[in-house]
Amino acid sequence: MTRATPTSPTTGPDIVASGGPASAATGGASARHDVAAAAPAWAGSPWRERLRRVLLAVAALVLLCAVWELYRAVGPTDGGRLFGVPVLPRATDTAMPHTWDIVAQLGEKEVRTAGSDTVGVAVAKAMWFSLRVAFAGLVVGVVVGVLLAVAMARLRIVERGLLPYVIASQTVPLVALAPLVAGWGGKLQLGSLEWERWMSVSMIAAYLAFFPVAVGMLRGLQSPGPNAVELMRSYAASWWQTLLRLRLPASVPFLLPALRLAAASAVIGAIVAEISTGTRGGIGRLIIDYSQSASSDASRLYDAVLGAAVAGLLFAGLISLVELALTWRRRHGGGRARPIRKVGT
Amino acid sequence: MTSTGPATAPAPQAGAAEAAPAAGAAPVPAVEVRGLDKVFPVSGGGQTVALSGIDLTVAPGEFVSLIGPSGCGKSTLLRLVADLLEPSAGEVRVFGKPAGEARRGQDYGIAFQQAGLLEWRTVAGNVELPLQVHGVRKKERRARARDLLALVGLADFADHWPAQLSGGMQQRVAIARALAERPRLLLLDEPFGALDEMTRERMQAELARIRHETATTVILVTHSIPEAVFLSDRVAVMSPRPGRITRIVDIDLPNRVGAPGESGGLADADDVREQSAFFAAVTAVREALRAGGPA
Ligand SMILES: Nc1ncnc2c1ncn2[C@@H]1O[C@H](COP(=O)(O)OP(=O)(O)OP(=O)(O)O)[C@@H](O)[C@H]1O
Ligand SMILES: [Mg+2]
Repeated sequence: MTRATPTSPTTGPDIVASGGPASAATGGASARHDVAAAAPAWAGSPWRERLRRVLLAVAALVLLCAVWELYRAVGPTDGGRLFGVPVLPRATDTAMPHTWDIVAQLGEKEVRTAGSDTVGVAVAKAMWFSLRVAFAGLVVGVVVGVLLAVAMARLRIVERGLLPYVIASQTVPLVALAPLVAGWGGKLQLGSLEWERWMSVSMIAAYLAFFPVAVGMLRGLQSPGPNAVELMRSYAASWWQTLLRLRLPASVPFLLPALRLAAASAVIGAIVAEISTGTRGGIGRLIIDYSQSASSDASRLYDAVLGAAVAGLLFAGLISLVELALTWRRRHGGGRARPIRKVGT
Repeated sequence: MTSTGPATAPAPQAGAAEAAPAAGAAPVPAVEVRGLDKVFPVSGGGQTVALSGIDLTVAPGEFVSLIGPSGCGKSTLLRLVADLLEPSAGEVRVFGKPAGEARRGQDYGIAFQQAGLLEWRTVAGNVELPLQVHGVRKKERRARARDLLALVGLADFADHWPAQLSGGMQQRVAIARALAERPRLLLLDEPFGALDEMTRERMQAELARIRHETATTVILVTHSIPEAVFLSDRVAVMSPRPGRITRIVDIDLPNRVGAPGESGGLADADDVREQSAFFAAVTAVREALRAGGPA
């Protein structure tokens, strides 16, 4: 159960299924379907609410560790089987190291030579690399997603023609696509710009990230009712003015959850693409390296997975900042002096 | 292009004090509807005849109410005048121009039955919306929004969000928004539909006052006979589908708050509602409605 090569864009390493700490990174992908159902949420939360949320998150983490350790203590050491199919992980040191061992491993040297990085430093460096690559992918994905959504909202024909392909694009197995993209990239020559490997990885991250943005944004752009559209028509507003004053602001509540999913997708996409294109420097490579020693001691591999989870969390935090920026006016009295707290909701 | 828009066509009578509802005497009618039909295609091949053979002329400064059973096409008629729908047959002219030209020239302001405020804009921001779309500068917009909100009695709520207002207050904001471009024609679709009786009467008095102060031509869709009688110079009574105008009842109430030029002035609204001429007019409209068909 410690093989690290994922088989599809949405499933991470299969350790995750047993409730490992990587669930934060993959949770977004399974929630992808929620993008269309996401309700507008203008409500700004006061500080107390925010503190409560942080405490809840910490409590959830503690609970997760407790469950992990509890299973270690009482779970079967040869794993649970149902009709001969393994359904429960083995509660052994190799399969499920203690949480403190996983943390302690961060301080160990990566290789036993002088001047080697500790595992923690290696994970942090890899995380930084993957994050930058994923961020580039996220930016490209968001730009492409927004442009696609605007084009689809502008012309019904474009929507009819494009939307099926947008949806189909996400069913292409990423592991098959990644080497192809890397191969094309190698042949690409954009003027003086040298196509580098990480760019291929970014492209694949973008390929995953654009989808929730395109779908969520399209829904948001189409969210204003006929009344609002007629109102703009009565002002003889051009299509661009209608976009600027009506459709774009109306799409913000749809865009935010979409961005969150896109961010998670970009991290997953980057890591998976690193693995399947063999790009060095990122979490993906680390997962491959560490999984080779996982049969004897899996705690290192868990550290790499932890890094992926933290990368996902950092991205989620980034999106929260974007959210703050986008709803600032909404929560602070239209930019005028007096802050107004919204009643209800 | 703030107040009158590019509409510098030969329409000199604009918003002047001259507001005699006398037929034929006024040079260019504010609204002229001729032989108007509206047919909606229905999915499955059929069609709904919403309006048939509508003729209506509204003089500048006049206040005309449309009343009729639900589904008779009142909103449709208003939308046709606003050029939000295309007529199937016939013609709509607004201040002598085709309806589309009048819309592009911002000759009318419209308020729908639902207030339809944009929730991400403050109350003032909502009133400023049409001005912003038309490129009016920020300072000017602010000042105009402040004036309009004072006009509808919401001066203290400029920085509130729509969700913080009651339904009636939201509708007042929508009316202020409709007035933002100083339109010569105001189209109101059941603006007081969802209000309690007291608020409703207060808002009717406010509308009468606004109309008195701004000399605007008004077409009002309503389900309330007293409301139509209280506010209007004429009440157009419509029949059930296919909608036709079956009768036009002239209302003549002494002491009513009417157009600026009229006699009367600011009489107490309750006095107007309690005089016998008021009840007679209500009865006349009710009978016209009944004669129109099963309502
Ligand atoms: N967009 C549309 N498509 C098809 N039919 C429509 C459309 N709009 C209105 N109709 C039909 O036209 C008729 C008149 O509708 P309209 O909304 O004008 O009625 P109304 O007089 O305003 O009714 P109410 O008093 O209930 O608001 C109705 O039968 C309705 O079904
Ligand atoms: Mg209606």
